[in-house]
Amino acid sequence: MVYFILKRLVQSVFVMLAVAFLAFSLFRFVGDPITQMTGVETSVADQERLRDELGLNDPFILQFGRFTGDMLQGDFGFSYRTRQPVAEMIADRIPATLELGIVALLISLFVGIPAGVYTALRPRGIATQTILMTTLVGVSIPTFVIGIMLIFIFGVQLGWLPTFGRGGTVQIGGWESSLFTVEGWRALLLPAITLGVYQLTLTMRLVRAEMMEVMRTDYIRFAMARGVPMQKLHYKHALANTMVPVITIIGLQFGGVIAFSIVTESVFQWPGMGLLFLESIRFVDIPVMGVYLVVIAFFFVLVNLIVDLLYVAIDPRLRVRDVQ
Amino acid sequence: MLTITDLAVKFPSRFGDFTAIEDVDMVIKPGEIHGLVGESGAGKSTVGAAVIGLLQSPGYIAHGSLTLGDTDLRTLTPEQAHAVRGDRISMIFQDPQTSLNPLMTIEDQLIETIQAHADVSTAAARQRAVDLLEEIGIKNAAERIKAYPHQFSGGMRQRVVIALAICTDPELIIADEPTTALDVAVQSQVLKLIQRLAKDRKIAFMLITHDIGVIAQVADRVTVMRKGRVMETGETAQVLGAPRHPYTRALMDAVPPLDYRIDRFRVPQEEGADFERSLGQKAEDWLLAGVQGAPTGLTLQNLYVRFAGPRTSLFRKPEPYVALNDVSLTVRPGSIMGLVGESGSGKSTLAKAITGLVKPSDGTMILGDEVLPGGKARDRHHPSRQLVQMVFQDPYSSLNSRHRIGAVLEEPLWFYGFVKDADQRKELAASMLALVGMQPDAIDKYPHQFSGGQRQRIAVARALLARPRFLICDEPTSALDVSIQAEILNLLKDLQAKFGLTILFISHNLTVVRQMADDTAVLRNGKIEEIGKTEDVYERPQAAYTKSLLALTPVMQRASFAVAAHD
Repeated sequence: MVYFILKRLVQSVFVMLAVAFLAFSLFRFVGDPITQMTGVETSVADQERLRDELGLNDPFILQFGRFTGDMLQGDFGFSYRTRQPVAEMIADRIPATLELGIVALLISLFVGIPAGVYTALRPRGIATQTILMTTLVGVSIPTFVIGIMLIFIFGVQLGWLPTFGRGGTVQIGGWESSLFTVEGWRALLLPAITLGVYQLTLTMRLVRAEMMEVMRTDYIRFAMARGVPMQKLHYKHALANTMVPVITIIGLQFGGVIAFSIVTESVFQWPGMGLLFLESIRFVDIPVMGVYLVVIAFFFVLVNLIVDLLYVAIDPRLRVRDVQ
Repeated sequence: MLTITDLAVKFPSRFGDFTAIEDVDMVIKPGEIHGLVGESGAGKSTVGAAVIGLLQSPGYIAHGSLTLGDTDLRTLTPEQAHAVRGDRISMIFQDPQTSLNPLMTIEDQLIETIQAHADVSTAAARQRAVDLLEEIGIKNAAERIKAYPHQFSGGMRQRVVIALAICTDPELIIADEPTTALDVAVQSQVLKLIQRLAKDRKIAFMLITHDIGVIAQVADRVTVMRKGRVMETGETAQVLGAPRHPYTRALMDAVPPLDYRIDRFRVPQEEGADFERSLGQKAEDWLLAGVQGAPTGLTLQNLYVRFAGPRTSLFRKPEPYVALNDVSLTVRPGSIMGLVGESGSGKSTLAKAITGLVKPSDGTMILGDEVLPGGKARDRHHPSRQLVQMVFQDPYSSLNSRHRIGAVLEEPLWFYGFVKDADQRKELAASMLALVGMQPDAIDKYPHQFSGGQRQRIAVARALLARPRFLICDEPTSALDVSIQAEILNLLKDLQAKFGLTILFISHNLTVVRQMADDTAVLRNGKIEEIGKTEDVYERPQAAYTKSLLALTPVMQRASFAVAAHD
C-alpha cells in the first residue's frame, strides 16, 4: 500500500518535470523575451546587457534548473502584459475556475449516476429511450452553442438568470467565492450546466453500460436468488461494482473540465483561469501561459492520484493481500 | 416438497417460440438429493431457473405447474416471488470465484441475507452467521467472517456460498453444477457437506450436473434429460445400474471407467460418420510423408520455473513463487504421457515451458536429441516451434472467431512454408477436416457455427497441419460433454497410432488419463509426486497423494448399482 502510493508519487514527479520542461520551452522557442520586454528605442548593447543580467545566456540546463527551482519556491515570475506577479494573477483566478468545475462535476454526478442506473434497470422503457436520445443530442452540440442557447433562453428571453460574470462574491481568507450568495449561485448555474452537460452524458452512459454488465454477473444473480431486497441489490451490490471504471473516467474528465473550461468561461465572461489564458494568448504573455500549463498539469496529476486512492478504498482486492 | 408437473419453458424469438423444456415432471421430497443430469443444452439449468423464478429474459413458462409445499409458485406476484427466493428456495452456483460480491465482506453478505428474511438484530444475525460457518467447516469463523471473498480459497469460497444459501433455512436448494469448478479433493468435501445438510436439516436438493460420477456418489433419485425432455427418472441405483431408456444406457456407456482400461471409448452416436472417409486420404498421405523416421521424445531434467511473488515489504525483494520445482520426466518417443494434478499444481506452466511461452529459471529440456532454448531465447524459426503443437482446453476461445475455418487451417501451411500454392493449401485443409471427422465444406464457415466438439476437432486439425511430432493436449475435453469427450479422445488415439505422434496429455480427470496414457505423472505444487507406467500408478500407487486422489475420484460403479437394483 505504502509502496503503491510512493510509486505513484514518484511517477507524478516525473510527469510534473516533463510539463515544466514544456512550459520552459515556451520561453525558449516562442519569441524572444527580451524583444517582448523592451521597446524599439532600447539599444542593442542595452538589450545584450539585460539578456546577460537575466541569465538568458546561461546554459540550457542551468536555466531550466533555475526555472524549476523558482517554481518550487512559489516564484512564478512576472506577466509581460500586466507586470504583476503571475502567482497572484493565477491565485486570483483559481477560485472561480475551481468552483465552476466542481459544481459542474457535482451536477454531472448527481444527475448522471441516477440516470445511468435508471436507464440500465429499464433498458426498454420509453423514459430510457428519451433520456438516451436527449443526452446524445446534448453531446453532439458544441459547448459554446449550448452556452449561447442557455443564455438566449434563460438570460435574454425569460430574463431569469444573469448571462455573464460571477454575480455576488464573498472573500473568505483570500478565496473569492460565489457559493455563499444567491446572486453568486444564479450566475454560476448557467455556466456550470453548460460545462457539465458533456460530462453528465458520459457518466450516465458509462454507468449504464457498466451496470448492465454487472447485472448479468453471477454474484448479482446469486444475490437475487437469496432474495436480497431489490433496492440494496441495485445500489449496494451492483452500483459499487460499477464504480471503478466510472471513477477512472470521471477523474480524467474532471481534469479536462478544469482545463477546457476556456470555452465556457469565454462565453459567460467568467473571470477564471481559462479567460486569463485566452487573454494571455492574445498578448503573447508567455509567463502566464507557461504557469497555466503547469497548474493544469498539477490538477491532472492530483486528481489521478486521488482516483488511484479511491480504487483502493472501493476495491478490497487492491489492498495488500493478507497471508492466508 | 417440490412438485413440477408438465412444465414447458419457451423463449420467443423472431422465428417463433423456441421450446427450451417440455413435459417436465419431477417431485423432490424434503431431505432428498435429486440429481438432474444431461449434456449441455439439455435444459437442466432452465428447470432450476424456472423453479426459482429467475429465467433469463425473454424466457417464460408456457404451461405446467410448480408447487412448493402448498404454494403455487406460478401465481406469485414478482414481490412475493422475490420474498420466496432465499427464504424458501435458494441456489448454489457453479463457480465460487464469481458468485460472491467481491466488494463486500462475507459478514456483510451473510447478515444482509439473514436480515432480508428474518426480523433479527444485527448482532443476532452475526452470531447466526458465525455459527453457520463453523457448522459448515470454516475454522475460526468469528475471525474469518470479516474477510473478503478473495481471501478464501476456491473450496472455502464454495462453503461460504453454501452458507449463504442455507442461512435462511430454505426448504429447497437448487445446486447448479456446484462442484464442476472444484478439484476432486474439494469436490468430495463439498458433496459430503451437501449430503449432511440434506440429512440433518431436511433440505431438498436439486443437484444439476453433467457429471454422472457425482450423481452416483450422492443422489437419492435421478432424472435424465435430453433436448429439453425427461428421458428417465427413478432411484439412482436403478437408473445408473439398470437404465431403461436407450439414451441413458448410451450415456452410461460413454463414461470412462477408472479401474480398468478399455481399448476405445464407447460413443453413443458417432456424428458425421456417414460421409466418405477417403476424402481424408490426401491429408493422411501428406502427414505420413512429413513424419517419416522415428518418433520424437521429450526429456525434462531438473526443470524449475519461478515467478515474482507478491511484494511483502518495501525494501525486501519479493519471495519468488515456485511454479515448477525440480521436475524431471521423460516422454518416450511415440507414447502418451498423462499429466494429472489439481488446479495450481503447475500442469499448464509445464506446457508453457515446453512451448517456449514461459522461460524456465533452471533445468534442461531436450526434444528428440536437441536442447530446447527456454522462453524468448527460442527464436521464431526454431524447428521446435513447428514440431511441438498444442490443443487447448477451451475450443470456444482458442479459434479466432473472425476467421473462417479455412483461414485458421491454412495458416500453418503457409507459415511454415509447407505448401506454396493457395489452391493446394485449401485442398489439403479440406482433406484434413475429413481426416478428423468433419465435413470438408466446413472450410468456408466461421467457428461460432460449430459445436464445442466440432471446434475441438478443428483445433486438432490445425495442430496436425503444422506436421507436429509432439502434441501437447491441455485439458482437451474438460469443456465437453461425455459423449463428445469420447469422440475426441478416440480421434486422438487413432491419430497418435497412425502418425507416431508423441503426446503430453494434461488433465485433472484421472479416469480419462487412465484410458489415454501409457505413462502417468502426478504433479502437486510444482513437484512430481509419482511417475510410472499408467497401470502401475493406478493399480499400485506409491505416493499417498496419488492414493487420495484415486480414492476421491467419484466413480460410477455399475456393477454395485446393478446389484442394489435387484435387491
